[in-house]
Amino acid sequence: MNRIQKLFQKKKDNILSIFITAGFPNIDSLPTILEALEESGVDMVEIGIPFSDPTADGPAIQYSNNVAIHNGMTLPHLFAQLKDIRKKISIPLVLMGYLNPPMQYGFDKFIDDAVACGIDGIILPDLPLDEYVISYQEKFNKNGLSNIFLITPQTSDLRIQTIDKESNGFIYVVSTNTITGGKVDFEDTQKEYFSRVKNLQLNNPALVGFGIRDKATFDIAAKYLNGAIIGTAFIKHIEAHPTRIKDAVKEFIEAIR
Amino acid sequence: MEYQVDKRGFYGPYGGAYIPEMLHQNIEYLQQNYLDIINSEDFINEMNALLKDYVGRPTPLYFAKRLSQKYGYKIYLKREDLCHTGAHKVNNTIGQILLAKRLGKTRIIAETGAGQHGVATATVCALMDMKCIVYMGEVDIERQAPNVKRMRMLGAEVRPATSGSKTLKDATNEAMRDWIGNPNDTHYIIGSVVGPHPFPDMVARFQSIISEEIRWQLKEKEGKELPDYVMACVGGGSNAAGAFYHFLDEQTVKLIAVEAAGHGIHSGMSAATTILGKPGVLHGSKTLFMQTTDGQVVEPHSISAGLDYPGIGPIHAWLFESGRAQFMSATDDEALEAVMELSRLEGIIPALESAHALAKLKEINAPADSIVVVNLSGRGDKDLDTYIREFKNL
Repeated sequence: MNRIQKLFQKKKDNILSIFITAGFPNIDSLPTILEALEESGVDMVEIGIPFSDPTADGPAIQYSNNVAIHNGMTLPHLFAQLKDIRKKISIPLVLMGYLNPPMQYGFDKFIDDAVACGIDGIILPDLPLDEYVISYQEKFNKNGLSNIFLITPQTSDLRIQTIDKESNGFIYVVSTNTITGGKVDFEDTQKEYFSRVKNLQLNNPALVGFGIRDKATFDIAAKYLNGAIIGTAFIKHIEAHPTRIKDAVKEFIEAIR
Repeated sequence: MEYQVDKRGFYGPYGGAYIPEMLHQNIEYLQQNYLDIINSEDFINEMNALLKDYVGRPTPLYFAKRLSQKYGYKIYLKREDLCHTGAHKVNNTIGQILLAKRLGKTRIIAETGAGQHGVATATVCALMDMKCIVYMGEVDIERQAPNVKRMRMLGAEVRPATSGSKTLKDATNEAMRDWIGNPNDTHYIIGSVVGPHPFPDMVARFQSIISEEIRWQLKEKEGKELPDYVMACVGGGSNAAGAFYHFLDEQTVKLIAVEAAGHGIHSGMSAATTILGKPGVLHGSKTLFMQTTDGQVVEPHSISAGLDYPGIGPIHAWLFESGRAQFMSATDDEALEAVMELSRLEGIIPALESAHALAKLKEINAPADSIVVVNLSGRGDKDLDTYIREFKNL
């Protein structure tokens, strides 16, 4: 059982996961941010692998990707940074990014190195479900690594159930038809959608992402599903306080909790 | 060897649909229905009528006598430059707007580099009374100002892509982001044989009218359907895909694709993807594109905005890898020379893109009297500013 599965075994509600782009705002910011997040009581962290062409991301995460690439963040550098991270950090860690950088790194080596660093899950939004099942699932399972899939309001019940069957971490519930950082109202449409997902009684827990930006939006998501993921709002907050990252992280999390 | 797309959406190892879940429903629906829609009688009739009376097809296959004399081959120019809007791009936008109508979509988005695809999209949107939004890199908006005005005259909204390098690849990213946000009412008219399956195949089919016409036109003129060579420039590769399409399985026809070498292949200012690129996943498909060892996309350079794209469509990656097509590259300077040559020898001012194909006539080393068809994909009006700048003695 990996750390994601253990987390959801003991905690079902109000799960807070934070997304941060590796190498942002500075090349060596990540370990500091991870420590501050764990100390603040965050349940899980998604570490973004920067990519030059992040088609599902809004301006804030695009910017963080560009800064990180400019800072020199690469997968070899990221794995070097994470090599001893498990001596300090015990919450689940997930790598999230677009397929091309891991492909160029060598997908098998990417998985091996992630596992060696103590990574628990992978999110690659542009990796097709069937390709995962045919080519990679066995390796993920052998290494106790969870692959995490996205669903959206347009994903049919049948497809959600298929995705649930192939998942063993959590389901990433994209709140609405938008890129990251989009303005989401969390009105009736979203609530109906969250209820629909809840009523499917999936085997995997479900976390809401995209548009979660503060306590109010977090609470709505957590009321319907197991918790939520915050990316853009966190990145903007860090960007605004580059010289006092540790305190900025704590302020941000306190405001949500 | 199979050169067409397979059932899973792949050309050999290239292609597929590497898309986030947000685009899944639209793409899956297209995958399952595009062939039925575009092969239906009603669709074909409407498309053929528009291609004839609105676009001006068939475009001539013109025997270029003076150019032929110079090179010692029988050179024919497929005159896509005479299409309405000035390039082959409209063949695809006509097809896709008719598809969008049948999908019940009311809003069209597109990406554009030089502005030719944007103009062709804005044109068919005006024709079909559809809302049209064209994403264009901020840098391209500046260097292609007349096309921006043309799109606006046609009623389109031109939205600047301000992310990344602010050129074609970023305009493509922005269009995809728009589609993620507007999946219900919007169809994305991709302008080249790129993107997730079924776009590369769909665009290739809409452009295949080029080679379909070449076959019967050549039969009329030469008594045989098959030329010895077909040459076309490749950015994403839509005009080349159309010019090659009905010759792919005719092994006697040599296919020559010409990429933009910019300032020179290894100058750091180039768009010669088959030489500089590696396989990877970009804009929804697995294909060859220029990237760093870390997998970050490298910004290309070409004097021709239409070839200024870091990748090639998956069909071309496969034609390259399988050896079915020979890939060559022409520098900015070679393309400019070819522009002047065609202008002076034949009285035709070609687009910079098409001039890249013309520029390699001197290097194909074909036997004398070989029949060589060059796809003249567009006319040079849009490039006049560049020509005025580059040809100092005008």
